[in-house]
Amino acid sequence: MGDQIQLEELFQQRIDAGGKIEPKDWMPEKYRKTHIRQISQHAHSEIVGMLPEGNWITRAPSLRRKVGLLAKVQDEAGHGLYLYSAAETLGISRDEMFDQLHTGKAKYSSIFNYPTLSWADIGTIGWLVDGAAIINQVMLTRTSFGPYARAMVRICKEESFHQRQGYEIMLGLAQGTPEQKAMAQDALNRFWWPSLMMFGPRDEDSPNTELSVKWKIKRKTNDELRQQFIDITVPQAEYLGLTIPDPDLKWNDERGHYDFGEIDWDEFWTVVKGNGPCNTERLKARVDAWEEGAWVREAALAYSEKQVIKKNQKAKLAS
Amino acid sequence: MSTTQEWPLYEIFIRSKNGLEHRHVGSLHATDAQMAIENARDVYTRREEGVSIWVVPSAEITATQSDEAGEIFQPAADKVYRHPTFYELPIELKHI
Amino acid sequence: MSLRTYILSLSDNAMILGHRLSELCGHGPTLETDIALTNISLDFFGQVRSYLQYLASIDGDQVTEDTLAFLRTEREHHNCILLEQPNVDFAHIIMRQYLFDVFQLLQLEQQMLSTDETIAAIAAKAIKEARYHQRFSESWVLRLGDGTEVSHTKMQTALDTLYPFVHELFTQNDWEKELVEQGIASDVKGFESRYYDTVFQTLKSANLSKDDIINRYAQGKNGIHTEHLGYILTELQYMQRAYPNMQW
Repeated sequence: MGDQIQLEELFQQRIDAGGKIEPKDWMPEKYRKTHIRQISQHAHSEIVGMLPEGNWITRAPSLRRKVGLLAKVQDEAGHGLYLYSAAETLGISRDEMFDQLHTGKAKYSSIFNYPTLSWADIGTIGWLVDGAAIINQVMLTRTSFGPYARAMVRICKEESFHQRQGYEIMLGLAQGTPEQKAMAQDALNRFWWPSLMMFGPRDEDSPNTELSVKWKIKRKTNDELRQQFIDITVPQAEYLGLTIPDPDLKWNDERGHYDFGEIDWDEFWTVVKGNGPCNTERLKARVDAWEEGAWVREAALAYSEKQVIKKNQKAKLAS
Repeated sequence: MSTTQEWPLYEIFIRSKNGLEHRHVGSLHATDAQMAIENARDVYTRREEGVSIWVVPSAEITATQSDEAGEIFQPAADKVYRHPTFYELPIELKHI
Repeated sequence: MSLRTYILSLSDNAMILGHRLSELCGHGPTLETDIALTNISLDFFGQVRSYLQYLASIDGDQVTEDTLAFLRTEREHHNCILLEQPNVDFAHIIMRQYLFDVFQLLQLEQQMLSTDETIAAIAAKAIKEARYHQRFSESWVLRLGDGTEVSHTKMQTALDTLYPFVHELFTQNDWEKELVEQGIASDVKGFESRYYDTVFQTLKSANLSKDDIINRYAQGKNGIHTEHLGYILTELQYMQRAYPNMQW
């Protein structure tokens, strides 16, 4: 028991000193579990996040937009893959993680349970949702678990184009016809509040924050990050000439931040608990892809095994 | 739970350009080495990150264990005489 | 006029197949395969943009790659109908891909020699992509054809469905013959036997067998398609039709 306490102390000292934890290092069980949960949820968010945007690939309005969107959604598959890889170093398989997603045991970011109803939603997701994600992800490049931090470095590098793509789409709409501008405003109206919810519950309702800060998964609290996002985004909306749908939004000179209205936390918990507008569809799409792919995965494996047997037989004959 | 066996995990190493060593970039799943190379091409070199790929089944890697790190690595710590700064020479000497 | 139709036929093959592959993004059997198929789709759309930008430069006026890509009717599309066949399952996706990849690689080899410099240049770039596509789809034909009983049956069904469309790849319309004589278009007849040799070899290795049935209604090159194309275009053109004359 004394050993355990000492190990934990040394472990924490290492993190406090800015050191990294690698998969084979000793770690408290809680650290392992928390990371498996956090990294796999992050991976699931990338994979489920492909769906709302994937919706518009076949309907993209120009060839330039189409290739941009395809490449972006493909990146999300890649990022999901990097993250699953990072989680696998902790001794959980990708199949197990998929199973947790498919059975509803694992969560993913609630923002992807909102529908994409117009082309402007694609711009808005790139601008707001990727914008919010980047704030989180940049912070995570310095997290204590090595494989997670390295995956985030790679992801941040690749994702820098995603938000620019989104804002460029919005810029085109805002400077376009009245119809296009209305489309952009409508998308902002629908996605503004869900984007703020991406940072999670208020600090006083966020039980995991303390541990997360201790292990450098978090360097700032939910509320701090949310404020940071709002402060960055308001001028960007102004530049587009769009109105953020919050009558209480106002610059506060004293705080040096924007004040903003109350988030509808009932809606937040409704969507988190699985009753958002598209929870069922999103999960079904993932489960379908997985189940319809089962025979493919099985066949590819069977083929490789046959090849190994053939090769061995040949070698036997030759000797 | 899916009944199908999972595709084996491969570790991927990429040489970003000639003159540099292959570096570990991550892992992925494939049924054999050839497929691992193809998957690595699609997953890890979408932005011209590589000129050469190595793939290794993760199960084939033998690694040091963290609990033996003390006996393996720490004995090197006090061998300062392996470093150039151990040897004291007059500062006016050049090129040595 | 015939050059215009020819460029459209090359471009439409790439665009319609690229579209079909793009429908899969986010729905592949593994993440790795999902990413691979999207790469192929992106290659095709890259080719489409090269062809249509070239054509727009010939057409002049208000014509752009997007008016060409999004504002033509079914009858104005010249892709072979193999490429518009739906993503029934992964077996159909792989089989359709392989049957076209072998063709496109041989076609591009010839087009590199085209007297039309732009067509030759596009081919020189696309051929590297096509080599990889064929490598990818061929390896999957082998895996699934010779994998499990289930996968074998599915691949055989896909082959039975799709093979009758293959012969259209080698039909030559009058406008095409004219361009072959001018050294602009590749002569599909010149590599037809090489195509079948390659395909038969692979099918044999994959334990798959084909019937020599042909679909005599396959006239996509002439703008006569299956019902599938209309639905593809409905999605593809939705934005340009619903919001005409806007910049995106």
